[in-house]
Amino acid sequence: MELKPGSRWKSAVCDTEVVVVRATAGDIALECGGHPMITHAEAKPAGLTLAPDHADGTQPGKRFADEVTGLEVLATKGGKGSLSIGGRAIGAKEAKKLPASD
Amino acid sequence: MHTALLLEMAAGALADRIATGPAADGVTYAELAARARAGGVWLDAQDAVTVVYVGLNGPMLPVALFASAEIGRPFAPLNYRLPDAELRRLLARTAPSVAIVDDDMVSRVEGVEGADIVRRSEFEKVCADPKLREAEAPAADHDIAVLLFTSGTTGEPKVAVLRHRHLASYVISTVEFMHADEDEAALISVPPYHIAGIAAILTSVYAGRRTVYLPTFTPEGWVELAAAEKITHAMLVPTMLGRILDVLEARGEKLPALRSLSYGGGRMPQAVVEKALKLLPHVDFVNGYGLTETSSTVAVLTAEDHRAAIASDDPKVRRRLGSVGRPLPSIEMEIRGPRGEVLSPGQSGEVYVRGEQVSGEYLHRKVLQDDGWLATNDAGWMDEDGYLFVEGRLDDVIVRGGENISPGEIEDVLRQHPAVADVAVYGLPDDQWGEKVACSLVARGAPPSTDDLGAFVRSKLRSTKTPEVWDFRDALPYNDTGKLLRRQLKAELTAQQPAPV
Repeated sequence: MELKPGSRWKSAVCDTEVVVVRATAGDIALECGGHPMITHAEAKPAGLTLAPDHADGTQPGKRFADEVTGLEVLATKGGKGSLSIGGRAIGAKEAKKLPASD
Repeated sequence: MHTALLLEMAAGALADRIATGPAADGVTYAELAARARAGGVWLDAQDAVTVVYVGLNGPMLPVALFASAEIGRPFAPLNYRLPDAELRRLLARTAPSVAIVDDDMVSRVEGVEGADIVRRSEFEKVCADPKLREAEAPAADHDIAVLLFTSGTTGEPKVAVLRHRHLASYVISTVEFMHADEDEAALISVPPYHIAGIAAILTSVYAGRRTVYLPTFTPEGWVELAAAEKITHAMLVPTMLGRILDVLEARGEKLPALRSLSYGGGRMPQAVVEKALKLLPHVDFVNGYGLTETSSTVAVLTAEDHRAAIASDDPKVRRRLGSVGRPLPSIEMEIRGPRGEVLSPGQSGEVYVRGEQVSGEYLHRKVLQDDGWLATNDAGWMDEDGYLFVEGRLDDVIVRGGENISPGEIEDVLRQHPAVADVAVYGLPDDQWGEKVACSLVARGAPPSTDDLGAFVRSKLRSTKTPEVWDFRDALPYNDTGKLLRRQLKAELTAQQPAPV
């Protein structure tokens, strides 16, 4: 799938949704709950279930940066599935606590 | 990534939390999103590109901002305090546009070619329309988010361009989503046409912090609303903070709910910071430094920095109270000399910044360098630990006999003199030194002697920093966002100087 910056994707098996913050060239297989993510507009395919190896959950507002591919996504909605690229789990970035300045 | 998504996320995560207005009966995130949707669908059907906002601060402001964002139209809040002719000139520059205008301001802006007007009360009705609220979001290209006319101190206002990616990047890299406690509330008193006003809407929504608007700033009004709404967070420009402290002191008001006050948008006299820390010991003070062209804050002096500085005997740590702190983790910063060379700690030069939130762009003119660096036109230096000290606009720095002198430093000293109510320091042409130090003062009571004032400055700073020209007047010129117009004083006094023989 081609992950353009600003493009929105959703899980095929749970409520998770993400937006691409930083893209990289090339074909990247972004998955959630063990299954390829689908475009925001697409209908969810029937019959798929959450893979137990990818069921740690995704929190809204968390950013995920993959060091291998350089892909960065932001979770806009949370869900039961966790994110992976080609089966390899990607973890959330450490949140930086900054004081409110506006 | 676009800014309307920030509200969509908030409404998805905490639909019933109050987003804006009073704690008792404010607007929830779900309701704010519904109003923005309806407003956006209606605006999308108008024959216009830019969405203009002419009005006071209020709960319709975030609705209008997010409505524009959702349909990918630039949002341009205008300075309603300008004289009518200037306001109309700015409005004409936004054409083709649709302007959401406070009902009592409509007569001031009617009849400008290419700018259709919708009264705020009418737009409120549009946003309540059930059909529009349930309509699908129109397909949109999210490019330019906000256009801000810079309130510079010279010339015709420039239009700063902030794209969705700049603002969204600022928000997601500096704010943790929904981390605010349910009782947190931010009081917004900076005007809608100031970058801090725009940034406050976006960061508060993303943090899950309720916003409360002060329609127009008075220090008494601010203190009363802060107490009534149990405000926990607020951002102020320096002149606002000074006046608020006077009211707090006179009334003995402590604002027990207040947790965090951030300040920025101009040089804060150190004496005011010290007074603030003393009067409000329970409050975290945060200094934010940024420009319109950088989507707001690029450096912060945190509450811990403030406390460490005030408690320290080490002059290096102590002086940080006068710094703007360290760059955000997502920002690169350098100090460069006149030939573009990167300077070492302690050396004064021009502040350069780079990062995803940095736009560095005006309508029809990009000032960002090809490698992404923006020259801020601010003079400053960094200490060994990366704390930035801003000396003022590059053009305001006085160069006397090859020595760079910061006007702000001398102003801070003079302001501590009991007979000085307000002061501006600037350079005037000088045959011998190139420039000499001059100042305009507003006296508190009878004007003090210039010998006495000169001795006062010499007791605290190097003798070369003592003003040679003293000009007493009733008031100093400020623009309406509180920026001191040194250039105006400089021009007047230069004209008054005797012609060279």
